[in-house]
Amino acid sequence: MSEETLSILIVDDEQVVRDSLVHWFTEEGYEVDSSVSAPDALAKLAGREFDLVIADIRMPGMDGIELLEKIRAEQLDTGVIVMTGYASVETAVRALKHGAFDYITKPFDPDDLSVVVRNALEQHRLKRENRLLRQQISEDHASLTELIGQSEAMRHVREQIETVAGVDSTVLIEGESGTGKELVARAVHRLSPRRYNPMVVVHCGALTETLIESELFGHEKGAFTGAQYRKKGKFEAAMGGTVFLDEIADISLKTQTDLLRVLQEREIVRVGGTQSIHVDFRVIAATNRNLTEIVKEGRFRSDLYYRLNVFTIHLPALRDRYGDVPLLATHFLDKYSKQMNRKFTGFDRSALDLLIAHHWPGNVRELENIVERAVVVGHEPLVRPADLALTRSPEGADDLSIEAVERRHIIRVLEDFAWNQTQASKALGIDRVTLYHKIRRYGLKPPAKAVRA
Amino acid sequence: MILAPIGDFPEELLDRLSRRTSIPIGPSRVDPAIAWNSLRCQYDSTRLLAELKALYDGEVIGATVCDLFIPVLTFVFGEAEMPGRAALFSIHRLRQEFYGLPGDAELLENRALRELRHEMGHLHGLPHCPDWSCVMSSSHSVERVDNKEEGYCVSCSERLGRRMTFA
Repeated sequence: MSEETLSILIVDDEQVVRDSLVHWFTEEGYEVDSSVSAPDALAKLAGREFDLVIADIRMPGMDGIELLEKIRAEQLDTGVIVMTGYASVETAVRALKHGAFDYITKPFDPDDLSVVVRNALEQHRLKRENRLLRQQISEDHASLTELIGQSEAMRHVREQIETVAGVDSTVLIEGESGTGKELVARAVHRLSPRRYNPMVVVHCGALTETLIESELFGHEKGAFTGAQYRKKGKFEAAMGGTVFLDEIADISLKTQTDLLRVLQEREIVRVGGTQSIHVDFRVIAATNRNLTEIVKEGRFRSDLYYRLNVFTIHLPALRDRYGDVPLLATHFLDKYSKQMNRKFTGFDRSALDLLIAHHWPGNVRELENIVERAVVVGHEPLVRPADLALTRSPEGADDLSIEAVERRHIIRVLEDFAWNQTQASKALGIDRVTLYHKIRRYGLKPPAKAVRA
Repeated sequence: MILAPIGDFPEELLDRLSRRTSIPIGPSRVDPAIAWNSLRCQYDSTRLLAELKALYDGEVIGATVCDLFIPVLTFVFGEAEMPGRAALFSIHRLRQEFYGLPGDAELLENRALRELRHEMGHLHGLPHCPDWSCVMSSSHSVERVDNKEEGYCVSCSERLGRRMTFA
């Protein structure tokens, strides 16, 4: 038996045709539904995805060709075969011109129907696979190139990703908002043996308790008001891939209990359903809060925490790796200059100083937004301080301690002398050995080029 | 479960199928004339299936020589409720003579046995099997019937066994 049941929607105003085809395709092992009219079919297609639509051309109201046009106009990802009881070259050509996969005349020879449907589904599968692979390639590129940083902390993160990707352990990613937790999750997925299967993302914080249950476990038709169709949950949709649970600390205690059961038993029951469904997945969870504290407060189950906390990756805040700011800023400048066809070559000295001095409460995401805006409003070739929409961080959070100021000053002088330590130490009025010790102490690295994980 | 002839069916062939499947032969109760379609000059398979269900109490597989059709298809070798208690199959297009070839009783018996077991599988809830050698693989032409084995593949046997245990 194939792992995934393919779905077909039959659209015909004649009940006998619908009944016969539903029966025949059910025997063939497909998941089959039927519609009495084109509008009914469009409503069903809006609610769920079908792999193939087989539609009659002649139907009262909207005919099969109009239905085909609507499906193509909505860019729905489904193959269409049109059928008719009245064979004519004109209608066949019309159907094919409008993007039908094929055209068949009633009554069908069973072998012909079987071949046409198999070919249509195969073409659909290849299209989908092609799209998925293109998406994966672009995601691979994004994941690996955007994990930028030469700081010790980022080097450690990359090592951890490489270590854990190959084993099937659950991963917990901790880090403030904007540090790139989803990028790390994608990198783990992309380097894992599950990379050919999807990674599905659930933003737990954005969903109510009812919605998150339906989102994670799926629901049966009629499970609640508005559940007009059966829907697969994220664990089923992962199909052997990875489920990324972002903002895991925000889920209710009830959902935590359900989630724990799924992690232990690898089985789910759809909302409103009774049947257990085996699911194969790897979980990567992320949080911007201190889970240990939340466990102590009794708002997060300790047994779930221990299940999730098998391997933890801690993402440093940007203020803890100032040395990476010039590198990241240059990367985003290149990225957005290319996207917007601008000719920026870099930052002027004082703009870079401002970036290094900023506290970055929004982390890398904030830096990216600031640079993107600078590319929009700035004047080529250099980004100037006026182009940077930097405000002082709230609550005077800019670190003005002697240590932080010294650190930023040393970075600035080192960059002025292209990281020539002899010249930099002279400018700073200290000897080379002292500078060497300070560089080590502050974990500074020359931003020669972007590091790609 | 019984094997019931629909109209005239070769007795010797019915006996041999009964012996090879251990399914006893039941009385003939369905008159195929009720399903005759003069436009297509064929017999409506779904109509005969409904009649079988109405005239027999338990599980029944009808055997016929009539050429069967369902409205959207030019012909069918058989039809079954899936799962259910009524099924039927036809030997009309299993005969070599239909294809202009000399008759072959042994070949006909082997083809009929496969169709009988195939419909029996549907009755017990089995869909078509992707394994071409399994008797549950879809057979839309007589060549495909000849390609498959007389038995169920491991996966279908397991599902059938499970289902029959529950039944």
